[in-house]
Amino acid sequence: MIAFLKHQVKTFGFTELFKGLAVTGKYLFKSKITVRYPEEKTPLSPRFRGKHALRRYENGEERCIACKLCEVVCPANAITIESEERADGTRRTTQYDIDMFKCIYCGFCEEACPVDAIVETRVFEYEFHERGTHIMTKEDLLAFGDEHEEQIAADRAADAKYR
Amino acid sequence: MFDSLQAWLSTFLFDWLAVVITLLIQAVVVILPVMLAVAWLTFAERKVIGYMQLRMGPNRVGPKGWLQPIADALKLMFKEIVRPTESNFYLFVVAPILTIAPAVAAWAVIPFDENGVVVADINAGVLYVLAVTSIIVYGVIISGWASNSKYAFLGAMRASAQKISYEIAMGFALVTVLMVAGSMNLTEIVEGQKGSLLHWYWLPLLPMFAVYFISGLAETNRAPFDVAEGESEIVAGFHVEYSGMAFAVFFLAEYAMMILISFMTAVMFLGGWLSPFEGIPGLEPMFAWVPGFIWLFAKVAVLLFLFLWFRATFPRYRYDQIMRLGWKVLIPVTIVWVFAVGVMEYAQLGLWFD
Repeated sequence: MIAFLKHQVKTFGFTELFKGLAVTGKYLFKSKITVRYPEEKTPLSPRFRGKHALRRYENGEERCIACKLCEVVCPANAITIESEERADGTRRTTQYDIDMFKCIYCGFCEEACPVDAIVETRVFEYEFHERGTHIMTKEDLLAFGDEHEEQIAADRAADAKYR
Repeated sequence: MFDSLQAWLSTFLFDWLAVVITLLIQAVVVILPVMLAVAWLTFAERKVIGYMQLRMGPNRVGPKGWLQPIADALKLMFKEIVRPTESNFYLFVVAPILTIAPAVAAWAVIPFDENGVVVADINAGVLYVLAVTSIIVYGVIISGWASNSKYAFLGAMRASAQKISYEIAMGFALVTVLMVAGSMNLTEIVEGQKGSLLHWYWLPLLPMFAVYFISGLAETNRAPFDVAEGESEIVAGFHVEYSGMAFAVFFLAEYAMMILISFMTAVMFLGGWLSPFEGIPGLEPMFAWVPGFIWLFAKVAVLLFLFLWFRATFPRYRYDQIMRLGWKVLIPVTIVWVFAVGVMEYAQLGLWFD
């Protein structure tokens, strides 16, 4: 009988409903977690995997030695490499293409690279305006690497002790 | 004000023309703000629910998103109105009109301020509102039928059954108000609540206040009684097949009804335009300068906020639960309270009966 009355009071007193309203009412005044994207951006990790770049040594020589480890490890077959032997006996690439539509941004190429030549940068806002430009050639990648070398080097340095 | 306008017009126009013009002006003066309120109520809804979900809601169009309703309206106006094949064209067109017309017509008897600031100060105001708003059911069921779609038809069946069920509880809740007030005229009902916060009818009719508001939620197909829309099952209910402005008309009608229910609740139970500080020595003269309609709008705003708050909080009722609540809980409660009010009336209880 007591239980029955208790139940009735609970039902007709809307106690459960008020509890629910209290929760949503509290959330109304909590600070919002929305990031207003173009104006505000979330912080990025040094390990962020965005658009690719090819790096150079400080003397301007390109790092890539055409070992083709990245080409082999790439799960999406996005990388295509051709190589030649230069006059000084070193092996270098003649072609280094990344199909950005195939790439899944797994970061395996970066991991496989023995000379830190191919890297993924923090840049994730990019677009292609013409058919065919989605294939990044060696020149594109090197130019992009030159442009962002400072940030790339800083990110590698920040992550160095965990590698 | 409008009487003098009419008198002035009839000095140089036919009498009937003066009456028509005055009525048209009165209609525009009431309907235009209602439609604007509807537009920004949708904005408020998205903002409030967004905030309760730790989001920001629309904040792109205009400063802080305040022009969002205009963008929405423009988008809807330029969209194509798709007519389903095999649909009944005549009924398909009539249905939105049948839905919006009562939702707008009911505003004629809502008093906004003292001294008869009301389009039509008729004696059977409560009856008029009940009767006119019931007609919306026709719009709903015709739109569901004319669409020639299973989803629309299911939605229409659900919506109309629900509206008719809750109309009974709503009617009984209003009967108690009439018993206390002794009048069907909305202005007189508000006048009867004069005195103080405690003179308002929410106190002797507290259960009816809740019943009326819950029925109002069900009447307008709002959460948690929105099975008629049930996105997860029947997409949008009776108006799935409507697009563009035809859909917008249903939308306007739903929100106009929400505001109307809030106005009715404020007028019936919360003392309409009366100041809540009436009869309190210090505060009453301090707030004497506030015009009555501000108090009314404030009360309505609070009630509308409740609509949105409920939507953000409660999960949707199952269909049989809705029917159970309507028939087995609300209607018995209202009938019991009708008798309770009868006893109170007989005993001349408290401040409310004289």
